[in-house]
Amino acid sequence: MSTTLAPAPQTSASFPAWFADRQKAAWERYLATRAPKRGDEPWRFANLKQLDFTGFERAGKVESAELVAKSTGLEAPAAKLVFVNDELVSSESPGLPEGVVCLPLAQALVSHGDLVQEHFMKQETRLGSAKFAALHEASLTNGLFVHVPDNVEVAGTIEVHHWISGKNVVVYPHTLIVTGKHAKVRVVDMFRSADDAEPGVVIAFNDLRTSAGSKLDYVALQALNEQTRMIQINETGTAKDASTIGLIVNTGASWVRNESLSRLEGPGARSEMLSVSIPSHEQEYDQRTFQHHASDHAYSDLLYKNSLYDRTRTVFSGLIFVDEGAHYTDAYQTCRNLLMSDDAEANSMPGLEINADQVKCSHGSTSAQISDEEIFYLRARGIDPVNARQLIARGFSVEVVERLKDDATEELVLRFIDDKFAKIAAAV
Amino acid sequence: MSQEDLAVLDSETRDAIDIDRTKGDFTFPERNKFDAGRGLTEKTVDYICDVKGDPQWLRDFRHRALKVFNDKPMPTNWATKDLENIDFDVIRYYLSDGEKPKRSWDEVPADVLETFERLGIPQQERAFLAGVEAQFDSEAAYSNVKEELTKQGVIFVNSTEGLHKHEEIFRPYFGKVIPTGDNKFSALNSAVFSGGSFIYIPKGVKLKQPLQAYFRINSENFGQFERTLIIADEGAEVMYMEGCTAPKFETSTLHSAVVELVALKGAKIQYVTVQNWSSNVFNLVTKRGLAMEDAEIRWIDCNIGSRLTMKYPGVVMKGKGARGEVISIALANNGQHQDTGAKMIHAADYTTSNVVSKSISVGEGRSTYRGQVHIPKHLKGCKNNTECDALLINTNSRTDTYPAITVKGNKHSTQHEASVSQVSEDMLFYLMQRGLNEGQAMSLAVNGFINDLVREFPMEYSVELKRLIDLEMEGSVG
Repeated sequence: MSTTLAPAPQTSASFPAWFADRQKAAWERYLATRAPKRGDEPWRFANLKQLDFTGFERAGKVESAELVAKSTGLEAPAAKLVFVNDELVSSESPGLPEGVVCLPLAQALVSHGDLVQEHFMKQETRLGSAKFAALHEASLTNGLFVHVPDNVEVAGTIEVHHWISGKNVVVYPHTLIVTGKHAKVRVVDMFRSADDAEPGVVIAFNDLRTSAGSKLDYVALQALNEQTRMIQINETGTAKDASTIGLIVNTGASWVRNESLSRLEGPGARSEMLSVSIPSHEQEYDQRTFQHHASDHAYSDLLYKNSLYDRTRTVFSGLIFVDEGAHYTDAYQTCRNLLMSDDAEANSMPGLEINADQVKCSHGSTSAQISDEEIFYLRARGIDPVNARQLIARGFSVEVVERLKDDATEELVLRFIDDKFAKIAAAV
Repeated sequence: MSQEDLAVLDSETRDAIDIDRTKGDFTFPERNKFDAGRGLTEKTVDYICDVKGDPQWLRDFRHRALKVFNDKPMPTNWATKDLENIDFDVIRYYLSDGEKPKRSWDEVPADVLETFERLGIPQQERAFLAGVEAQFDSEAAYSNVKEELTKQGVIFVNSTEGLHKHEEIFRPYFGKVIPTGDNKFSALNSAVFSGGSFIYIPKGVKLKQPLQAYFRINSENFGQFERTLIIADEGAEVMYMEGCTAPKFETSTLHSAVVELVALKGAKIQYVTVQNWSSNVFNLVTKRGLAMEDAEIRWIDCNIGSRLTMKYPGVVMKGKGARGEVISIALANNGQHQDTGAKMIHAADYTTSNVVSKSISVGEGRSTYRGQVHIPKHLKGCKNNTECDALLINTNSRTDTYPAITVKGNKHSTQHEASVSQVSEDMLFYLMQRGLNEGQAMSLAVNGFINDLVREFPMEYSVELKRLIDLEMEGSVG
């Protein structure tokens, strides 16, 4: 959308009044906020041309039976929801313990309005896309809402499929997950296109809110078609003694802007921010992260790995920010780029802003290619050079996925990654 | 370190640590024959051109630069807001007594001589330097190089003399490594520059001893804008060192230099800076080198003083096999912000660059590292290594790191590592168990942190550096 979408979105009449007010205010904020421009520090190295969405319109209802059939994921999910163009078309919850709320947001706004209001989009978007966060807030019609009560653990994984279908359409998927004290849950969002040819836009937002001692793992698998662009804003709040993992996997789309903010809110909080991106052809992934240590005695670790093929481009900009008084912070940030082509471009901006002294913080960034010695080693064992390179790139990604420490979910993630490598191999 | 602490040390150690804090903090009455007045207009530029007898091409160059300066915004979208406190209208842009630089210290006016005597420059010249230039406000007061070097064709003069007497060497490189419009402060310097050094080392001449320039600000509300151009011809080698001081006035002072280095095929330039400006100086400097085939440029940089330093020495590696290096130490004390870093632009095959940066933040001091590494497409075999480590001493100390690395293509490797840590309580305890008090233990730990970099400085500087660090650490514990 150039900078405006017209007309203003209409809030469903069934939604509570507070939500209608929020959407109205967000739309005004969207109109009042200027679009990013060259020279804006949060958009350094960014390809601003990708923000021109002229001609795209809100997605409508489409036939969904085939997409429901294609929505395969885990063998035994705790719950499974399928959205097509932000509309829930299928849901089942065979493994959810009692008391867990796992609903489409549209329904949760009606049945659990107060609970949603307490947590809905509380944090300020500060990594550059405030305008698009406002647009998302004003325009969203649905999404996922999960609430796990105190001391309840969801054993399996909640699996969510988001399909985008139609030509020149925009969707606004939203995910809000809230854990009670000592609760535990894992959610996988999968973003895919119904077909390979139609251009689309996804403006997604996810909000992960934890209570003391809880554990929340979130995985976003993005395999949209290569005509589609995506802005995804991730906000995570990790409470005292709570632990969060956020893994983002990018294999699809033509252009993606991921903004991930993780706020350590209490002593003993632990946050892992992970990403695997495998761009090929002319794909471009722009990732901005923020590890905000607002409390003392907290730990955060970020590991982003990009394997860049063909004429692709990545931007990584990360910041570890330690508040005054957040002593005994332990924070790490690593971005590794594996350059698989002579035409690929990797930009890295790892950063630190430290305002407390009793800290251990470090960051590292590397960009390099596979060494001849590694290829030689595998060739000496009978593996041809093309497969050898693929094997090394896969191993490079697997190190990140293994941080999930859940076999079934790791297997699902690796299936996405292997699909991408298979596509790359087929194109060689 | 308190007098009580000093009392328990032997006299040699005491002498080593007990620096006179007022060493640079003195001033003499102004006796300027030429004063461009306050504020910056076209008239200021014309005044400087007239006094210096600039040729028309330089007058035009300065005027174009003034326009660029006026048009360019302050870099406050990313830089500290403290820049907005510079009042360009009260600054005096040119002050000079109208004297030509002297070749002998005996001819230098008594108060200027005393200034440099107190700073130890003539002694250093006798002891280990090949040549010295001493700048007092806008112009050089003294400039001399050893006779045998002159015979070999070495040129070491101030920039005015360089462009007047050696225009054929000076002009082709002047403003080429750092164009006027590079940033707001390079434009400012281009408009009003005065002083600085012009050095030319002929083909194959390898200087065994360093050349040194010393920049001294004497006057209040003064802006010093020296311009340095060093050209090392094919196979030549030179080490150049610069030092800077200013007295502490109540008002702020601006120092905005432009330094351009050109190392032709196989040449080596080492540029060593020990900056100890007083805490009222805005030190906004642009430094860049151009390294041709198999040439090497090393910036060895230590920033201890100033209110705000913004300085990111760079190397453009334009020739195959060229090498660039930045070794830097920054110490930010109360009220100081050391915003330093490095730029490495790879522009030819098989070029390598290395950046090692260490910073120490004391009290409410803030140190920042900003870096840029750029490896464009179609090059092969380029490598960069960057390491930056920050040490925080007190609860309110602050540090930031903002590198930007762009690599295109798959025949290169870059690695960047940064860490932030504090002096561990265990380490202090260990040292104090061996009889040191907390302040001494902290000084030792800090000196240990930067020790591997201090060794890169010439001996005379490294001793001075350690003393300065000790001095800055005084009272930081507790």
